[in-house]
Amino acid sequence: MMSEEETETPPETLALDAWHRAHGARMVPFAGYEMPIQYEGIVAEHDWTRAHAGLFDVSHMGQLTLSGDGAAQALEALVPGLVSSLKPGKMRYSLLLAEDGGILDDLMITNTGEHIALVVNGACKWDDIAFLREHLPDEITLTHHDEQALLALQGPEAVDALGELVPGAAELVFMTAGYYDWNGVPLWISRAGYTGEDGFEISVPAEHAEKLATALVEDKRVKPIGLGARDSLRLEAGLPLYGHDLTAEIDPVSADLTFALSKKRRESGGYHGHERISAALLDGSQRTRIGLVLDGRLPAREGSEIFAGDTQVGTVTSGGFSPTLGHPIAMGYVEAGRAEIGTALEVQVRSKRLPARVAQMPFVPHRYYRGS
Amino acid sequence: MSRYYTEDHEWIEVEGEAATVGITEYAQEQLGDIVFVELPEEGAELEKSKDAAVVESVKAASDVYAPITGTVIEVNSALEDDPALVNSSPEEDGWFFKLTIADESELEGLMDEAAYKSFVDGL
Repeated sequence: MMSEEETETPPETLALDAWHRAHGARMVPFAGYEMPIQYEGIVAEHDWTRAHAGLFDVSHMGQLTLSGDGAAQALEALVPGLVSSLKPGKMRYSLLLAEDGGILDDLMITNTGEHIALVVNGACKWDDIAFLREHLPDEITLTHHDEQALLALQGPEAVDALGELVPGAAELVFMTAGYYDWNGVPLWISRAGYTGEDGFEISVPAEHAEKLATALVEDKRVKPIGLGARDSLRLEAGLPLYGHDLTAEIDPVSADLTFALSKKRRESGGYHGHERISAALLDGSQRTRIGLVLDGRLPAREGSEIFAGDTQVGTVTSGGFSPTLGHPIAMGYVEAGRAEIGTALEVQVRSKRLPARVAQMPFVPHRYYRGS
Repeated sequence: MSRYYTEDHEWIEVEGEAATVGITEYAQEQLGDIVFVELPEEGAELEKSKDAAVVESVKAASDVYAPITGTVIEVNSALEDDPALVNSSPEEDGWFFKLTIADESELEGLMDEAAYKSFVDGL
């Protein structure tokens, strides 16, 4: 009845491996690591994060830095966003683009003041490193900080919990970052995340990760949360998951991520796939990423076909049951002309055709802190 | 009455000519929060070790197989409104369906409670 995903090489262990197990985690292989899928249960963890604060170990993600003169400009050849104008302490979401404009990964880019920091997906990091090394000039130094763990603290009470532990961290606003000191341990903290909630990502030297995680969960507002709830939270937040909702075959316009295309650079270009992206912006794309809401309780999962009448018009790329909303939600791609909010479609799940409607994303409103 | 178990974590309880099928405590624990159970139709002819039902958890869809061959005579309609019954009471109120026993000898290959317990302990 159960099937486990198999990986080719034995998974690596995280710095917090023993800590997760001691806190009751069920560990599964994911992105080359043994990772906690859940502790007490996905729905309980999901609800806890929306109401309080959840601590996620996302150390499988790649923490990279680029340094050397012109690092920001050099990176701009590979991403559609402005990097050179990012002020120190500011960050932005962007896309690593193949030469044809296909999306190789989505990533966070931060100007730390000293260098350009990237956080990339765990499953993509080795390919990203190879791609960056191939396409960046030799004088730009690319460093993979695999000696750093990465913790995400997400939820409405994250700011109070972290603020008490790390003075000053609460003053960050959404998409800003800075260096902090925690009892002599250097922390690089960003006010960002991938749950739709206010929260932080904390880069900590791996040897101090356990101490920090323990200090965080000693706060009654904070519980450790697994990958299962991370996925249901990001789906409710309408945030695409690389390898599922984004792939190398999809360009940023089809992915409905035009906010990541800096206005200035739409005209000036000078990045991979600019021509294809400009054409898609002008003429529209053949398919578009959309959100779907379904009635009833039966979820439509990745791979489910989307129909308009008897014609297949798209495919679900990720889907599940929304604990917050109490009904199934999904993300997928449909052909042009089917993406308007409210469009009635059907999704095939096994022998059933389930009624679905194109819905505005996020499904659950974002609650980022942009300053008072 | 006797209860048997499969290596796929279904239980089957035999009562005279018919048997009740569900999934075990271990299975519900592994699956996590169950949001939907797709049951067979009454009258459906099930074949041993073939698809009988689908359990949808928040995480994934998982197949449930028929422990023996037989015809479905009743399904647990309570699971329609309250699929979480499978989490709270997998081996009692959260049963899936009842079926006829086409071939009693198929029961012989299944585990009893003690054998299943040691099977699970070995996982």
